[in-house]
Amino acid sequence: MVEASAYTDKVMEHFFNPRNVGEIEDPDGVGRVGNPVCGDVMKMEIKVKDGRIADIKFMTFGCGAAIATSSIVTEMVKGKTLEEAMAVDNRQVASALGGLPPAKLHCSNLAADALHKAIEDYRSRAKPAG
Amino acid sequence: MREVYLDHAATTPVHPEVAEVVHAHLVDAYGNPSSLHRFGRRARSAVEQARERVARALAAEPEEIVFTSGGTEADNLAIRGVARRAGSGHIITSQIEHHAVLHTCEALETEGFAVTYLPVDAQGRVKPEDVAAAIREDTILVSIMAANNEVGTIEPLAAIGAICRRRGVLLHSDAVQAFGQLPLDVGALNVDLMSISAHKVYGPKGIGALYVRRGIRLTPLMYGGGHERRRRPGTENVPGIVGLGMATEIALRELPDRPQAMAAVRDQLIRGIGETIPDVVLNGDPVDRLPNNVNFCFRYVEGESILLALDSKGIAASSGSACTSGALEPSHVLVAMGLPHDLAQGSVRFSVGRGTTAGDIDYVLGVLGPAIDRLRKMSPLYAERAGGGPRAGGTSLEG
Ligand SMILES: Cc1ncc(COP(=O)(O)O)c(C=O)c1O
Ligand SMILES: [Zn+2]
Repeated sequence: MVEASAYTDKVMEHFFNPRNVGEIEDPDGVGRVGNPVCGDVMKMEIKVKDGRIADIKFMTFGCGAAIATSSIVTEMVKGKTLEEAMAVDNRQVASALGGLPPAKLHCSNLAADALHKAIEDYRSRAKPAG
Repeated sequence: MREVYLDHAATTPVHPEVAEVVHAHLVDAYGNPSSLHRFGRRARSAVEQARERVARALAAEPEEIVFTSGGTEADNLAIRGVARRAGSGHIITSQIEHHAVLHTCEALETEGFAVTYLPVDAQGRVKPEDVAAAIREDTILVSIMAANNEVGTIEPLAAIGAICRRRGVLLHSDAVQAFGQLPLDVGALNVDLMSISAHKVYGPKGIGALYVRRGIRLTPLMYGGGHERRRRPGTENVPGIVGLGMATEIALRELPDRPQAMAAVRDQLIRGIGETIPDVVLNGDPVDRLPNNVNFCFRYVEGESILLALDSKGIAASSGSACTSGALEPSHVLVAMGLPHDLAQGSVRFSVGRGTTAGDIDYVLGVLGPAIDRLRKMSPLYAERAGGGPRAGGTSLEG
């Protein structure tokens, strides 16, 4: 295995066994952040029931940290209320993974951003039109 | 676990014969080559034998070889040495040089020198006519690598050398990757300064050399004793120098056959990837290519994630891109070759070596396909790609 990897075992574990990969049929909210020209791209889709995240799936193009942060974010917020999920920030994501190399902290920003965007998307859809 | 090292362009394992002479000179021949006594003379003669070996490999004279701490110092000494000696002027280099050349040139720009960074074609080749067109009245140096470290493209050095000679401009070449893999003759190539490094040719790290054509005056990088004909002060790294000499001797001995054997393994990997993995692009020149270099872009996935997957199966490769400090930085070489950034993010370099076997390549091919497949299945870019759905069988092997 990777000896003295820059990544924690937890990061590697999520990289090799990512949770909640894929797409949701008919999602209630979608968040997409990043672009392939400047780096990692993440997409999060959520299903909301009774104000809680009933289901969440992600798709990520990016480095090991990007994949691991996406994975752990889905695990952290599944079943949580939207308010609780909105409160999840990049620091919590990084620390849940046992830390990230400093140069990789921006990847954890992306994961939290994608989640928040998905929730905002859900909320904007839920608003009555007009 | 099986381990397959395919990162020989980063560094090579030390050859056992090299390790043996390095050890002997660390332990037994420990004299200072500048000392008059027998201990010193022993060390001196070892250093001079190594100098002869390196000179022979480049078809140069021994007194034209300056030992340095590696390729980086050789590049710095050549470029800064010529520039500082001239005092002012214009330098021509290319956009795909190693950072040891590029950052040296950038530093000289801040000191008032003018630098032209020539573009390359889609295969990563500098056009000789671009060199000719860029030469100005005040051009003091052209620096073009012999072969590129990332994509393996062999540069048309002889043609560039002929132009520089005709126009009376000095030519430096970073031959760190070419050395030991391609025959190099500084006379035939019209190269005036050439950098090499031991650790790319099964020698130790931290030792290299600069060929300096007789009559060329350089301002040294450092000041101290009169070593290396006043061009590089400091007590010689005798074990390193002897190691470089032995590594050079072995490389020269094997030059008639070894590169062809390596190219066969290289081609097995290139073919295998092309046949088993869709949506890949071979980077670099398909023909004029270093015998050890394979470089592919794997569409819709990012390089580091591929490296992690390979590493978990014992396979060592490298990626030009680096996801660091705020943005994925694609390789400057691939960008100069005109690859779109998103494609350049998914590049992986595999560099084979003298110990790489056909069985190693089979093992790598067995791991690589499923690894790419797994990463693509979680890539939004793959899901959203033009046409969508699994692509009808067929490989696009472009470039
Ligand atoms: C083309 C090229 N130039 C220069 C260098 C630097 O050589 P060294 O590691 O000996 O300083 C390298 C290797 O990293 C290289 O590939
Ligand atoms: Zn990243």
